[in-house]
Amino acid sequence: MPIKIIQLTIVLAFAPFLFGVINRTKAFFAGRHGSPLLQPYYDIFKLLQKGAVYSRTTTGVFIAGPMVSLSALIAAACLVPFAGHPSLIQFDGDIILFIYLLGLARFFTVLAALDTGSSFEGMGASREVQFALFAEPALFLSLAALARVTGRLSFSGIFSPEVMNSWSVYGPVVFLVLGALFIIFLAENCRIPVDDPNTHLELTMIHEVMVLDHGGVDLAYILYAAAIKFWLLGTLLAGMFLGTFSRGWMIDSVLFVLTMVLLAVIVGVVESTLARLRLLKVPHFLIIALALSAVALILTVRV
Amino acid sequence: MNTWVDFMIVAVLLLNLMMLSSSRIRSCIQIAAVQGVLVGVLPVVIELHHAASGPIIASFFSVILKGIVFPWLLFRALQEAGIRKEVEPIGGYPFSLLMGVVMFAMGFWLSRRLLHTGPLVSTLAAPVSFATFFTGVFLIISRMKAISQVIGYLILENGIYLFGAVFLGGQSLLVELAILLDIFVAVFVMGITIFHISRQFDHIDTQKLTELKDIVISK
Repeated sequence: MPIKIIQLTIVLAFAPFLFGVINRTKAFFAGRHGSPLLQPYYDIFKLLQKGAVYSRTTTGVFIAGPMVSLSALIAAACLVPFAGHPSLIQFDGDIILFIYLLGLARFFTVLAALDTGSSFEGMGASREVQFALFAEPALFLSLAALARVTGRLSFSGIFSPEVMNSWSVYGPVVFLVLGALFIIFLAENCRIPVDDPNTHLELTMIHEVMVLDHGGVDLAYILYAAAIKFWLLGTLLAGMFLGTFSRGWMIDSVLFVLTMVLLAVIVGVVESTLARLRLLKVPHFLIIALALSAVALILTVRV
Repeated sequence: MNTWVDFMIVAVLLLNLMMLSSSRIRSCIQIAAVQGVLVGVLPVVIELHHAASGPIIASFFSVILKGIVFPWLLFRALQEAGIRKEVEPIGGYPFSLLMGVVMFAMGFWLSRRLLHTGPLVSTLAAPVSFATFFTGVFLIISRMKAISQVIGYLILENGIYLFGAVFLGGQSLLVELAILLDIFVAVFVMGITIFHISRQFDHIDTQKLTELKDIVISK
């Protein structure tokens, strides 16, 4: 039990660090020195000390939005295993609870955006929901394929080291799921082929536009929730390689955190080398993830 | 060993999906070529340890034809007709991609219903080869340009070849060579036809071929 709480603490403490790594990688590609690795922490602490200003048109939903999103994501963090070791809470079917917790966080972000009454934020909310329409089924199908491959229904069962040795038997399936999950990972975290986290260009942004009216503590919650979401979905990707190591808790954890940092570097490289897709092309990109995960699920039927 | 065959067959399937979602005819030709080479090499990979000379010769010819000759013929036709992009197909690209998945599921169902053979090299081969036939037919139906329809024809042949390679083994040599020759002639003739169509009508959109020129002129 104490070890599981330490795991959760590591997740909650390390999550914003990955954003720092991504920014550093992008700065390196652009030939700049870049912001300090701990900049996301400074940002969050700075925002936590500020007061929030609320528009007169907003209601309680606007204030509740960031809090509900953050708590849903922390709850989701309790479900996801750490470095192939069981998570704090586990039961059969917790993969479905995980997806719906992410859905709840998204729903409240969207509600808060709509609550401002600004047409600008409504546009972002509409895009967010439209893209989630494709990303969510793909996530469901990928996890269903993994559940079929491993024969387990909980995260801790699917991502434990023994069962993920199935790379050799179910190679193609795991490979397809990996591809689908990477696309979902980029889309859900508003990363570059889908959304640009840095831009404030009204025609193209999705996530940034929805949180424009939040400030102070609320914005700190949103930034922190985004970091946790990045970590959790990254865990699904990193978990695919966990079959290769299990040498005691300490070494596993260090290797796992290093894998996550490597993932952040990969995202940084993707962001520096790819251009964002045209907004009309984004559903097409997400349908590729849907197709890959559907094919993976069909392949498990008889492999 | 068996995993490699599985990976190659899944790669054939993924190339189908790529083909269904790509709009540039140039990359469609390349995808068809890569798929042809992959399918051509497959019989040799399956019998890596005790390969007879027959299958090796057959796969050598098919790789040469599908990897070099067909793309060259098609690229030449493309240049002569002066086209670059496929127009929006019936239903759009995302729909085509989803249809690809549906066709794969159909192939799975069909191969379960139809085939009750002994132990196979790979259980994926039959569904993927059915999916490849369907993809070829779907391309012929849904794409507008004559050249995309030729590519659909090539994909169809890749499916037949994959099926033959896995189920008939070395005995299908004669059949495969005959089919290859047919396809070669077909692509050759279609290349010339596309050139003539584009010179006659200024485009190679088969939807518009029904509007005969003579009638318009005689009005």
